[in-house]
Amino acid sequence: MTSSGRIWVFGKNVDTDAIIPARYLHSSDPADLACHCMEGLDANFPDAVTPGDLIVADDNFGCGSSREHAPLAIKAAGVVCVIATGFARIFYRNALNIGLPIVVCPNLPLADARNGQQWAVDLEGGRVRNLTLETQITFEPFPPFMLELIRAGGLIAYTRDRIAAGTLPQRRARR
Amino acid sequence: MTLTLAEKILSARRVTSQGAHGGDPVRPGDLIEVAVDLVLANDITAPIAIREFNALGVANVFDPQAIVLVADHFTPNKDIASAEQASLMREFAKLQSIAHHYDVGRAGIEHVLLHELGLVIPGHVIVGADSHTCTAGALGAFATGMGSTDIAVAMATGAVWMRVPETIRIDLRGTPSRWVGGKDLILETIGRLGVSGATYAALEFGGSALDSLSIADRFTIANMAIEAGGKAGLFPADNMALAYLDGRTDRTIEFIAADEDATYARMLEIDVPAVEPLVALPHLPENVRPVCEAGSVPISQAVIGSCTNGRIEDLRIAAEILRGRRVHPDVRCIVIPGSPSVQLDAVREGLVEVFLEAGAAVSTPTCGPCLGGHMGVLAAGERAVSTTNRNFRGRMGSLDSEVVLAGPAVAAASAIAGRLAHPEEVVT
Repeated sequence: MTSSGRIWVFGKNVDTDAIIPARYLHSSDPADLACHCMEGLDANFPDAVTPGDLIVADDNFGCGSSREHAPLAIKAAGVVCVIATGFARIFYRNALNIGLPIVVCPNLPLADARNGQQWAVDLEGGRVRNLTLETQITFEPFPPFMLELIRAGGLIAYTRDRIAAGTLPQRRARR
Repeated sequence: MTLTLAEKILSARRVTSQGAHGGDPVRPGDLIEVAVDLVLANDITAPIAIREFNALGVANVFDPQAIVLVADHFTPNKDIASAEQASLMREFAKLQSIAHHYDVGRAGIEHVLLHELGLVIPGHVIVGADSHTCTAGALGAFATGMGSTDIAVAMATGAVWMRVPETIRIDLRGTPSRWVGGKDLILETIGRLGVSGATYAALEFGGSALDSLSIADRFTIANMAIEAGGKAGLFPADNMALAYLDGRTDRTIEFIAADEDATYARMLEIDVPAVEPLVALPHLPENVRPVCEAGSVPISQAVIGSCTNGRIEDLRIAAEILRGRRVHPDVRCIVIPGSPSVQLDAVREGLVEVFLEAGAAVSTPTCGPCLGGHMGVLAAGERAVSTTNRNFRGRMGSLDSEVVLAGPAVAAASAIAGRLAHPEEVVT
C-alpha cells in the first residue's frame, strides 16, 4: 500500500477541536465535516486541500476528544495518509478503524518539511520518502493485526469478515 | 507475577475466539480482546456508532442492559440538527430495548450520571465513545474512551481490541491545604507529565492523600487522565469506593487494588501539601501554574460545572465562596450541575439560592459550553475561567477566545474578582 501526494505540514499537539470544532458535530455526514476540516489551524485548508494530499505533523496529533468526526473529516477531505511523530491514542484507533491510513514516525524530518512538497509513503514496507528533496526515512511497520485491519478497510469490514468466518471472541453473559 | 491494577483487570477480562476468559496475565504491549461490561455513547457520538452498527449487519446489541446512551452534549437540543441526533439515538434505544437511555430531565453529564446510578463496578471494563470515560476509573473500573466505530463493534459483540497499557504510578503524598482539591492535583500531575506524557499508558493513583480526598476529588482526578494522553486513570476500590457504591447497586462489590510490588513504567511522586490552587493557562492543559503567579488576568466568563467539576461537592465549594458576595459586573458566571440529582441537592441545600443571589446563572445539566456547544459560547477577545478539562484554542467558541482551567474555588473567586484570583483574595 503506497500513496504519494502533496503534503500539508502541522505542528505539535494538533487537537481534535482544531481538526473539527465541536460546533460542527451536530452533523455526522463526512462531506459536511470535510468543509470545516483543520479550520482551527488553517482556515484555507478545506478549500485548498485536494484528493491525494497527505498530512505531516509533529507529536500527539489528534489529542483531546474521542470524536471520530476528526479522522472522518480528514478522510472525506481527500487526505490519503497522516504521517506524524506520534498520535494521541484515541485518534490512532479511530483512524485505523475508519480506514484512514496513518504512520507513526518518531524520527520524522519535520525541519525540512514544507507545505506543497511531494512525499510518498509505503505502509507495508515501512518507508516515507520526501520526493521533493529526495530523502527517505523508515518506520516500524504496523503489527500484523493492525495491517489486517488496514487491509480490510477498517474495523467494520474486518469484524464483518470475522462474523462470517466465525472467529469473533465468544462472550459469556455476566451479571 | 505481580500486576498493576490495569493489568489485573484486563487479565481477568481477556477473551479468545475459543470462548476462554482470563488465562495467563497480560503484559504491557500485548494486543488482546477484552470483554466489556458497559458500553457508553452520547448524542454526538452515538449517531456515528449507530450508523456503523447498522453497517455490521448484526440485528441486536449483545446485551441491552449493558448499553448506556446519554443525551448530554448538545441538550436540551440546541438546534434542529442536534434535535435530529438526539432523536436518532432515542429511536435506536427503543428499537434495541436499551435499558439505560437517559434523556433531558433524567440525563446528566454521562461521567457524573454513570456512577450515581451504580453502573460503575470495580474491576469492570467500561468503554465509551467519549474521551472522559476514564472518569469511572475512580471506582476501580478499567474505563477508557474510544471512537464511535469501536463502540459500534462493542455494542454488537461485547468485546473490543486493546493494547495492554504500561502503567504510570502517581503517588499523592500528604494532606492538601485549604482550597486545594482534586482539580489542582490532576493539573499538577498533567503539568509534570505533559499533555502526551502518558500516551497509551494507564495512570494509577495511590498514596496517603487518598484518604483525605473526597470521592468527588477522585472522579475529578481520574477524569483528566486523558489530558496527559492516558488511556485510563485508576484508583483502588477501597473502603471509600465501597461506601460510595453502597445502596447504588445490587451487585457484589469487591476490593481491588494493584499488587504491592507491581512493575510500573514510571513513578511520579506529588508532595500534596506543597500544591497551591492552580490554573492551566491557554492553550494546553499542561500550562500549569499557581493562580498567584498568573498575574492580573481579567475574565469575562466563569463556568462552574462539567464532567470534571459538576458534582455536589464542587458546587458546595463554589457556594461557600459566592455566598453573600456578588459576581463582578464584567463577568457572566454560569453554574451547571452535573446531573439532575446534583441539581436537586443544590436546590435542597440552598446552593442555587446562593448562586442566584450572587448574580450567577444556573443551568440544566449539559456539557454545553465546555466544548463550545451552547450555554456560554465565547466571542473573540473573551476569556473564561472554567472548571472544565480542555483549554485548546477555540475550545469554548471563537478561535480568538481563551480558556483558563481551574478548580471550583478559583473559578468562584475569579468570578467575584473579575480576574484570576486565589480564593483567599475574596474570602477573608
